[in-house]
Amino acid sequence: MKLLVCITKTPETTAKIAFTDGDSKFDESGVQFIMNPYDEWYALVRALELKEQHGGTVTAINVGPAANDVIIRKALAIGADDAVRIDTEALSSSQVAANIAAHAKDKGYDVIFTGKESIDYNGSEVGGMVAEHLGLPYVSYASHMDHDGSKATVSRDIEGGVEVVDVAGSFVLSASKGLAEQRIPNMRGIMMAKRKPLNVEAAAVSDSKVSVVSYTLPAAKGGVKMIDPENMDELVRLLHEEAKVI
Amino acid sequence: MSVLVLAESPKGKFKKAAYEAVHYGHKAAQSLGGECVALVIGACDDPGALGTYGASKVIHVADYAGGIDALVYASIIGQVAGQVGAKAVVVNHSSTGKSIAGRVGVKMDAGVVSQVNSVPVAEDGGITVTKPVFSGKAFAKCKIAGDKCVLSLMGNALPIEEVGSPCAVEAGSVDIPANSVTVKETKTVDGEVPLPEAELVVSAGRGMKGPENWGIIDELAKTIGATTACSRPVADTGWRPHHEHVGQTGVAIRPNLYIAAGISGAIQHLAGVNSSKCIVVINKDPEAPFFKAADYGVCADLFDVVPRLTEAFKKMKDA
Ligand SMILES: Cc1cc2nc3c(=O)[nH]c(=O)nc-3n(C[C@H](O)[C@H](O)[C@H](O)COP(=O)(O)OP(=O)(O)OC[C@H]3O[C@@H](n4cnc5c(N)ncnc54)[C@H](O)[C@@H]3O)c2cc1C
Repeated sequence: MKLLVCITKTPETTAKIAFTDGDSKFDESGVQFIMNPYDEWYALVRALELKEQHGGTVTAINVGPAANDVIIRKALAIGADDAVRIDTEALSSSQVAANIAAHAKDKGYDVIFTGKESIDYNGSEVGGMVAEHLGLPYVSYASHMDHDGSKATVSRDIEGGVEVVDVAGSFVLSASKGLAEQRIPNMRGIMMAKRKPLNVEAAAVSDSKVSVVSYTLPAAKGGVKMIDPENMDELVRLLHEEAKVI
Repeated sequence: MSVLVLAESPKGKFKKAAYEAVHYGHKAAQSLGGECVALVIGACDDPGALGTYGASKVIHVADYAGGIDALVYASIIGQVAGQVGAKAVVVNHSSTGKSIAGRVGVKMDAGVVSQVNSVPVAEDGGITVTKPVFSGKAFAKCKIAGDKCVLSLMGNALPIEEVGSPCAVEAGSVDIPANSVTVKETKTVDGEVPLPEAELVVSAGRGMKGPENWGIIDELAKTIGATTACSRPVADTGWRPHHEHVGQTGVAIRPNLYIAAGISGAIQHLAGVNSSKCIVVINKDPEAPFFKAADYGVCADLFDVVPRLTEAFKKMKDA
């Protein structure tokens, strides 16, 4: 099988969220970046499992500058065979998706994986966009997939349950928790990753339809009101009369 | 010019989310100019009801029964958007809406912003709208270049108001493409409000000690009609089902009331819940970080406090 896994770079989950340049830019100083957990833990690992089962290749793709190579090397260390980096600043989901689609067109990938969303912009947009560019089915929020090499049965997370769908031929899949178990790269993987091909391609699309004008932080909480554990009637009264939520 | 809103009707019925989307579409139409047209795909008992929340008409594509298929939905939405001259398309930020928004954006060559929580405004030769980013740790004001946009609306973002009366329903005239996926089965828990839509949530963490102790949490949730949730380690160890896991790598929620018992309040947990209107934290450790994000705190053993809180709610209901 020919498998493509879209990976992106996000701030580490405990990173301090602050902004610079008149609150128009994310402040990257001191921030550690990681591979987006949904891409790494679920999408990439399920792709590797399919390759182990049916043979084939797993290619990781990222749209971004050379600084992203660390993340891409990690995908290679976990087990991807090769990688592609589309060399441009990733400006928006539409521009990222258009570039991934331009790469994937005519390559005949059986499954194109994304994570269900990135943990920074939480857009959940790229998978559907890639599918539309390529005219392929899109199966989102997959928490389980069986694939026999030509067709798949996928459980997708929906509100309050799951939906089971069949899909045949090439398709785009977004990965939720449960699709696979996280793998930690070992020493051998890390050594091998250094010799695996990381091909840099020029961007096909460089304009972006959406940009961020400014960021704001949520208003600070007024401070917690501590309630006497012996007096839960008081808590219920406050929820009813003061907070008016019940 | 119009704003086209997809109103989901799972099992033929609208839920709150459909009214939210239509009412948001109504406000977007007032802001951007034009009228709000609602689109209903598949079986629906009462499509005209959407007029009450601001739709000026409803287009009903009744003869489709192929389930949620992003390719088919995007095709239908694209055709209807062309017919009604829609510059903006609104969907819910739901598993369905999120699957479709990107596809429709590509089809219409429009900018896509997901999880919006404000009404779009035309300014500076584009459209601006806000959304939470970094899993709720901040908000971004986004600018869409041009005059076409696709927006997915965050749940519980704006109050719903009744602004009109039931409206006319037109039968949609579209070419429905062949299904790209076959929906075999839909398994949902009936009777419980799904987490992303819930207004009241009772959540518990590792402080519960084991799955056998969850009775007091279920009882509290049942008493106030809340949906249950949990922290990540609790779902990872199989104490609770995965769909209850809230936080940065789980479900992001925004209920009116979030009650957290035996959860420390790690930054990744807070990321998914800190947009809740009111947070109550029950924890025996006065240093638990969650207290800093709480509106009300109870510092005590949850095994004493939770049953007492349930009793207090029962007393209020009976009064
Ligand atoms: C990349 C990444 C992503 C993550 N994503 C998420 C996520 O999406 N959601 C999430 O929840 N976590 C997430 N985590 C994990 C997170 O860091 C915490 O480990 C987790 O939230 C802790 O769960 P907890 O609060 O249930 O357990 P603990 O941190 O062990 O806290 C248990 C709490 O219960 C209290 N307690 C114990 N007994 C009692 C009692 N009898 N009465 C009252 N209080 C009691 C304790 O004082 C303590 O504060 C993520 C971590 C990483 C690294």
